Amino acid sequence: MSDRQQPTNARLIPDRLTSRLKDNLMSWPSLLLVVALLIFLANSLASPYFLSPWALSDATFNFTEKAIIALAMALLIVSGEIDISVSGIIAITSTMMGVALQFGADTTTLVLVGLSVGLICGAFNGVLVTKLGLPSIVVTIGTMSLFRGISFIILGDKSYKNYPESFAYFGQGYLYWVISFEFVLYLLLAVGFYILLHKTNFGRHVFTIGNNAVAAEFSGVRVARVKFVLFCLTGLMAGVAAILLTSRLGSTRPSIARGWELEVITMVVLGGVNILGGSGSVQGVVIAAFIMGLVTFGLGLLNVPGIIMSVILGILLITVIALPTLLSKFKNRQ
Amino acid sequence: MSDPKLVLKDITKSFPGVIALNNVSLNLYAGEVTALIGENGAGKSTLVKVLTGIHLPNSGDIIIDGEPVKISSAHDAFECGISAIHQETVLFDELSVAENIYLGHAPKTRFGTINWREMRTKARQVLDDIGAKHIGENTKLSELGIANKHLVAVARAMSIDAQIVIMDEPTAALSHREIEDLFTLIELLKSEGKAILFISHKFDEIYRIADRFAVYRDGEMVGDGSLPETPQSEIIQMMVGRAVNQIYPTRTSQVGDTLLKIDNLNHPTEFADISFELKKGEILGFYGLVGAGRSEVMQALFGITKTSSGTITLDGQIISPKSPADAIQAGIVYVPEERGTQGVVTDMPIFQNVSLPSLRKTSRGNFLKIAEEFALAREYTTRLDLRASSLSQHAGTLSGGNQQKIVIAKWLATNPDVIILDEPTKGIDIGSKAAVHEFMAELVEQGLSVIMVSSELPEIMGMSDRIVVMNEGRIIKIVENDDELTPAKMLVIASGITEDAA
Amino acid sequence: MNNFIKSREFWLGAAILGIIFGVSLRAPNFVNFANLADIFNNTSMLIILALGQMVVILTRSIDLSMASNLALSGMIVALINAAYPEIPVPVLMIIATFCGLLMGAFNGILVWKLNIPAIVVTLGTLTIFRGTIFLIAGGQWVNAAELSTGFVQMTRHLFIGLPLLSWFAIVIAIGFFIFMTRTSSGRNLYAIGVNPTASVYAGINVGRTKFNSFCIAGALSGFCGFLWVSRYVIGSVEVANGYELTIIAACVIGGISIAGGVGSVVGTILGALFLGIINSALPVINISPFWQMAISGSAIILAVILNGRSANKKGRIILKTSEDSS
Repeated sequence: MSDRQQPTNARLIPDRLTSRLKDNLMSWPSLLLVVALLIFLANSLASPYFLSPWALSDATFNFTEKAIIALAMALLIVSGEIDISVSGIIAITSTMMGVALQFGADTTTLVLVGLSVGLICGAFNGVLVTKLGLPSIVVTIGTMSLFRGISFIILGDKSYKNYPESFAYFGQGYLYWVISFEFVLYLLLAVGFYILLHKTNFGRHVFTIGNNAVAAEFSGVRVARVKFVLFCLTGLMAGVAAILLTSRLGSTRPSIARGWELEVITMVVLGGVNILGGSGSVQGVVIAAFIMGLVTFGLGLLNVPGIIMSVILGILLITVIALPTLLSKFKNRQ
Repeated sequence: MSDPKLVLKDITKSFPGVIALNNVSLNLYAGEVTALIGENGAGKSTLVKVLTGIHLPNSGDIIIDGEPVKISSAHDAFECGISAIHQETVLFDELSVAENIYLGHAPKTRFGTINWREMRTKARQVLDDIGAKHIGENTKLSELGIANKHLVAVARAMSIDAQIVIMDEPTAALSHREIEDLFTLIELLKSEGKAILFISHKFDEIYRIADRFAVYRDGEMVGDGSLPETPQSEIIQMMVGRAVNQIYPTRTSQVGDTLLKIDNLNHPTEFADISFELKKGEILGFYGLVGAGRSEVMQALFGITKTSSGTITLDGQIISPKSPADAIQAGIVYVPEERGTQGVVTDMPIFQNVSLPSLRKTSRGNFLKIAEEFALAREYTTRLDLRASSLSQHAGTLSGGNQQKIVIAKWLATNPDVIILDEPTKGIDIGSKAAVHEFMAELVEQGLSVIMVSSELPEIMGMSDRIVVMNEGRIIKIVENDDELTPAKMLVIASGITEDAA
Repeated sequence: MNNFIKSREFWLGAAILGIIFGVSLRAPNFVNFANLADIFNNTSMLIILALGQMVVILTRSIDLSMASNLALSGMIVALINAAYPEIPVPVLMIIATFCGLLMGAFNGILVWKLNIPAIVVTLGTLTIFRGTIFLIAGGQWVNAAELSTGFVQMTRHLFIGLPLLSWFAIVIAIGFFIFMTRTSSGRNLYAIGVNPTASVYAGINVGRTKFNSFCIAGALSGFCGFLWVSRYVIGSVEVANGYELTIIAACVIGGISIAGGVGSVVGTILGALFLGIINSALPVINISPFWQMAISGSAIILAVILNGRSANKKGRIILKTSEDSS
C-alpha cells in the first residue's frame, strides 16, 4: 500500500500535503459556484428584466422554504438517513396552525404551534428510526402519508384562511428595501447549519456516523442520540418552512407543498451530499439552492414552463453524480 | 502413491503493496484430507479465493487430473468440481435448505422451469447420504444453527458432485459433539474418493482427521509432509518460523494491585460465569478457539454486549457501561478485531480518527479546534511511529499495521486505565507485529493494564503475564505464564479436554 | 401449516377479509360479486406496478420513476392514437410496454455500469420522464374525444364476467408467481437480495440481475401506462403524479423488506388489495375518503414495524447449554 514509499521519520508527517486554499478551490461547492455564476450571467443576458432588484428578490421566494428544509436534510443524509415526510410535516403543521387560528390564536401562538408540531413530527420519525431500528426511507414514506392524511381528515376539501395580518410578515414582509424576511432568515439558518456541521463536535459526529456508524459507536459516539436530534432538526425546519409558506399563501390546504420532498432531496444531492452518507457540505447545498432558484426564475422570465426546469434538474442530478465515475472509467481505459 | 487430484504450481497472487501468495504449491489427493496450516495472514484465505474463482492468480498453474485449468469465475470453479465450505458459511438465510443446495443447478422440468418436487427429493437424498436426516429440506436456512448450515454446505458440495472440497475452518463455531459429527462426515467423503482441503488452527483436529499437511507462512509454503509421522513441535516451528518467545519484548514492569474485577458475568447465550481480575501494569492474555466467547466478554466490558447479570468493578467502583461512550468515560477502551469496520473510519483523515473520542478535550465549548486536533494526533501517532504521508490522508489508504496504530493512538489519547486489544496483530505483517508488541510492553511499563485477546499461541505466550483460557463461553482455567507452561500444555487446556483441564 | 399461520400473507389476507366482513355488517350490499370485482378492477394496475417494484426492491434497489414512466409511456401511445387512430390497439400496447422497457433499462444501466445508487438515479429519471411528457405533448392534454373507441374500450371488454383490465392483472400475477418461484432467474433475484457476496460465489452476476429487475419494472410501468390511458381516458402530465409512493406502500404492506431478499408475489398482491379495499370501503361505511391517506400511512408504519420484528437477527450461540436446550 501507499505508505511504503513514505518518509521513515514519523516526526515529519505533515498536517496536509495540499494547501487548504487549493482544496477549497478544487471542491464541489466551488464548481457549483461557477455553475451558479454562469447561470446568473446567462439569465442577465437572456432577459433585460432579470437584473432588477425586485425581480431578484422575488426569485428568492420560490426556493427559500425548500432550501431551509434542505439545510437540515443535508445533515440527515450525511448521517446516512433520509426523511421523505417533510412535505407531510408541512401539511400537518400548517393545518394545526389553522386549527389554532380557529381557537383565536395570535401570531406568537401560531408560530409556537408551527415550531412545536414540526418538532414533534420530527421526533416521531426519530423514535421510529432510532428506537425501533427501522429503515428511514420506508418509515418516512409511511409518516408522510400519515401526517398529510391527518391534514386531510381535519380539513377535507376545505381550507383555513384569514390568518392575522401580522402573521403575513413572515412570508411576505421585507426587512429592508428588497431584502425579505424569509431570505434573511434562510441566510441566518444557513450560517447556523454551516457552523453546526463543519465547526462543532456534533457535526464531526454526524460525518463519522455517515461514514461508518459501527466504528463511530465503537469510538464512543452516541449514534442513536445524534440521529434522533437530526430527525428533530429536520422536523423543526419543516415547521419553519410551514410557517413561512402558510404566511406567504395566507391559507392552508391539505395538499400544501405536495411533492416537495423530492425537490428538497434533489437540492441536497445536487449540493454534493453523498446520498449514501458520509460526505457533503452546507455551502454546496446553499449554492445548489441558488442554482435551482436561478434556473427556475430565469426560465420563468423566458416563459419556459416550470416542468422543463425539472427535466433540466433531473439531468443535472444524474450527470453530476455519474460524471466522477465516468471520468475514472475513461481514465482507467487509457 | 497415486497421482494428485489437484496440483497448484508456483501460484503467485499480489495486491497493491502486498504479495499474498508467493510461488506457493499444494497437492491434494483423492480420498485424502490435506490440512493447510498457517497463522492469520499466511495466505490461506487468498488460496481459497484463488481456488473458488474469486481471485485470479498473477502467475502459476492449476492442474486437475493432469489437465491445466483456468478458474476465473465462481462458475469455472463449479465446473471444475471445486466446492468450498467457508468459515462464515456463505449461504442464503431466507431461502429453504433444498434451494440452498441447488441454487444455480436446480433440476428443471421440460418447460425449463424449476422442478421443485425433484429438487426436494434430491435434496432429501443428499441430506440423507451425508447423515443429516434431522435437517428438513423445506426448512428456512435461517432457522438452522451454524453446525447444520455447515451440513447444508456439505450437501451442496455433494449435489454438484464436487471432487475437491475445501473446508475453511469448518469447526470454528462448533461444539464438540458437532465436530464429531462433522468428522464422521469427512470420513464418508474420503471413502467416496473426494480430495479434501482442511483449514484449521487446531492441532488435535488436524492430527485426528488429516492424512497430510502443508504449512504456509507469510504467503509462502514452508513445508509439507504426511501427518502422523511429523511431530506437532516441528509443525509449530514451521508455522511461526522461529522458537516461540524469541522476539517478544522482555519486560521489567511490576504488576500492581487489582484494578479491574469481573464477578460472575453472564449472558443468555454467549458466555457464563465469567470471573477474573486484572492487575495494574499487567498484560492478561485471553486464549481460546475462534468462537470461544472471548470477544463477546470483551464487548460486554466495553458496553456493546448487554449482560444479564454480574458486576464489573474498576478501581473499587462498580461500573455498568451501557454503551462504549460509558466505558470510555470509565477508562476502558477496546481495540476491535474487525479493524476496517469497527476500528478505523476508513474514509476519514487520520487526525480525525485519532481525535474522535477526545473531541471534548480538543474543542472549546463544543467548537472544533482543528489545530489542537492535529497536535493531539501528531503526539500519539509519533509515539506509535505511524508511517503516513500526511495526517490528512484517509485512514483506509494505510496498511493494516498502520491502521492498527491509528486505533491504538485514538485510545491512548483518551488516557485510559484499561486497554483491551482483540486480536491486535491479526492480518498485519511481521514488522508491524513487533512494533505493536513492543508498544504493549511500553504501555504496561507506564502503569496501564492490558487485556489481549489472541488466537495466536506464540503471541499469547510471548506477551501475557497470566492467561485466561476460554472454551464455549466459559473460562476453563487461568494460568500463570511461567517457564513451566509449554505450547503443548496450552493446547491441551484450550481444547477443553476436561480431565486435563480440571 | 404453522409457518403459514405466522406468515404475512395469512395475516394480510385475514385483515382484508376482516375489513370486508366489518364493512358488510354496516353495508350488506358491499359483499356481492359485482362490487368486489369492481374493487379488484380498480386495484389491477396497482397490483401490476407493485409486482414490478417488488422485483426491484428484492435486489436491494428502489424505483421511484415508475409512475413517471407510466405517464410518459401512456402519453406516447395516447398521442400516437390521436394522430393515427388506424394503428391497432395491440400495437399500441406493445409500443407502450417497449417505451417503458427502455426507460427501465436506462435506470438499470446507470445502476449497473455506473454504480449510482438506485434512489438517486430514479429520483432523477422521475422528473426527466415526467418533464418529457410536457415536451412531447407541447403542454397539451389528450382527452376522451381524441382517443379512438377501440383504445378506450380495450380495458372495458368483459370476458367471463370480468373486464379485460382485471384479466391483465390476473395473468401477470400468475406469470409472476411462476417466474418468481419456478425459474432460476426469479430465484436469483432473491439470492442477490439475501446475500450478494454469496451470490457471487454461486456464480450469479449481481449487476446484471439488478439491471434485469429495472427492465421488468420499466416494462410493467409502460404497460400500465397503456392501461391507464384506456381506463381513465386521459393523457396528461399529471397522470399518476405521486403514485410511486403508493406503489412502494403496497410492497411494504405486502411484506417486502426494503433491505432486499424477502417478499412474495402473493404478499405483494395482498398489499395492493389491502390499499384498494380501504379505498373502496371508506365511503361505504360513511367514513370520509379523506381518512384514506392517514390509514394507509399507518398501515405502512405498522407493516415496517412488523417487517423489522420478523427479521430477527440471531447471533451465533456459543454456550453449549443454550444450544442444547434450543
